[in-house]
Amino acid sequence: MLTLRNVNTHYGQIQALHDVSIEVNQGEIVTLIGANGAGKTTLMMTVCGSPQASSGSIEFEGEAIEKQPTSVIMRKGLAVVPEGRRIFPGLTVAENLHMGAYFSDKAAYEAQRDHVLELFPRLKERYHQRGGTMSGGEQQMLAIGRALMSHPRLLLLDEPSLGLAPIIIQQIFEIIEQLRDEGVTIFLVEQNAHQALKIADRGYVLENGRVVMSDTGAALLQDDAVSKAYLGG
Amino acid sequence: MRRSLYNAIFAAGITFVLTCLMLGVQLGAEGTTLTVTGADATRWTWIGIGIAAVFFVQLFSDKVDAFFGRIPKPNLAALKPEETKWRRIKPWALAALVVVMLVWPFMASRGAVDLATLTLIYIMLGLGLNIVVGLAGLLDLGYVAFYAVGAYTYALLSEYFGFSFWACLPIAALLAATFGFILGFPVLRLRGDYLAIVTLGFGEIIRILLNNWTDLTGGPNGISGIEKPTLFGLEFSRRASEGSQTFHEFFGIDYDSSQKVVFLYLIAVVLVCIVVYLINRLMRMPIGRAWEALREDEIACRSLGLNRTVIKLSAFTLGASTAGFAGCFFAARQGFISPESFIFIESAIILAIVVLGGMGSQVGVICAAIVMTILPELAREFSEYRMLMFGLLMVLMMRWRPQGLVPMKRPHLELKQQ
Repeated sequence: MLTLRNVNTHYGQIQALHDVSIEVNQGEIVTLIGANGAGKTTLMMTVCGSPQASSGSIEFEGEAIEKQPTSVIMRKGLAVVPEGRRIFPGLTVAENLHMGAYFSDKAAYEAQRDHVLELFPRLKERYHQRGGTMSGGEQQMLAIGRALMSHPRLLLLDEPSLGLAPIIIQQIFEIIEQLRDEGVTIFLVEQNAHQALKIADRGYVLENGRVVMSDTGAALLQDDAVSKAYLGG
Repeated sequence: MRRSLYNAIFAAGITFVLTCLMLGVQLGAEGTTLTVTGADATRWTWIGIGIAAVFFVQLFSDKVDAFFGRIPKPNLAALKPEETKWRRIKPWALAALVVVMLVWPFMASRGAVDLATLTLIYIMLGLGLNIVVGLAGLLDLGYVAFYAVGAYTYALLSEYFGFSFWACLPIAALLAATFGFILGFPVLRLRGDYLAIVTLGFGEIIRILLNNWTDLTGGPNGISGIEKPTLFGLEFSRRASEGSQTFHEFFGIDYDSSQKVVFLYLIAVVLVCIVVYLINRLMRMPIGRAWEALREDEIACRSLGLNRTVIKLSAFTLGASTAGFAGCFFAARQGFISPESFIFIESAIILAIVVLGGMGSQVGVICAAIVMTILPELAREFSEYRMLMFGLLMVLMMRWRPQGLVPMKRPHLELKQQ
């Protein structure tokens, strides 16, 4: 579904990604783990076209997207939950969700809104509350809900567990699995390697901008090198 | 206590320095040399009283604050009827307001109608800038440039090509929009302070251009004798120019110069109604929400597939076209324009209207425009202290209503509870 081949990305002179190749298949949860500064977020942003890859190819559903502007890529059926949630704090939950469905027609918007409110009953309780007044966990739910509003076939999640309590993280990961069961393909970037690998079908390990390892989630969880570096022994 | 004593000494010191320089000494010319003369004893007494007042207010600032805190604030929310009731009366209230606005000038004095027309111009400007600053969050300090473009469009087209006011109205809006578009492009990457500086520069460029392009614009002398608007070809002057007819001849009534003033006022009312309606529709459309979303978080907007270039440019362009609209009318009303009318202080006043009214709120902007144009007129004797009063008003607003006179409330629909 999403294929990256030998992608290099630069910030000015500095190269952040070196020949990264990644494959995400329909219906999978694929996770990307790595330390701070390994290039995880850069990789995700490169898929979204900001910054654009300096070389290599990125294909989404067979179509090359590496040269297209962000606003075009983001309307193709993939959605991203950016790092740090980035909800609109001054807009209400309803308005935040509406922004997510900016390019949908009314019927599609209403159907998807009802679905999102079913997934996150908390958002329904807070429907007319301003986004900025909610707790971190609720904001993360809103960020995911907003991304789902465009009815994406592929959902990119950048560190959904960032700064959340363990119980909330558990809930978020359950939702992610539920989404996969509904047919949404998930590409998950995580620091929280243990949780991510547990639910992932496959995983990639990124180190200094290079993919150093790739295997099934279960195998990576057992791997000595991975557990030493990312799971704490 | 020690802290407030320190504050009091500090504030009194600043007051002393400022008042000594501004009120205590005066520069005078004696032949070719400059002389400095001190103030007389009574003035020094007043300065002393002022400094003492500042000192004691600061010293007992806690008690003063507590005293002001006890003054009940007007409960504006209580004035408004309940939501369901309000929804029912709203169309009637609006209709009544429009009728009053249309009938009122026939009873009021000429000066009052003239002032009302000026207020309406500022309402238009405020509403336009509200899109750019209030909704899209792009701080524009050179808004008056688009106003100037609109005014000069009409003045020049009328002078060189004999275009009528009505033909120029859309042209002025379009041309101002084009300028907004041209300015919008280079400043797309900027935000906050940097954007403010560039727009400030743009405003000055336009003014200086108008001042120096003497062949075309007449430079500092401006353009005079701009034609007044006509009513379906009927002029509002004593004698008709060749080939046309005057209003009073056509209807067989006596000539009265106040007819023209009322007519201009009525045009302004119509224009404001159009602008209010259009912008109100825009705010409810997805583009209106996109402006707000862009103000809140640019990265999130991009992640949702919104094109920030289009959104920013649309805000800039629409804001500018409103100013062009207002400018065209301003030129027609005034009959004379010069670069003097488009100095930075105008931008500042319009911005003050938007901030005072409550960013993004249309009702607030309208209220603030009324306050900001009528107050200086009422306090004409204090015109020297106009800036001082603006400053005071701003400080008071910061203390008591930082969110603006009528803060924005976005239209929303209730979700039915199952």
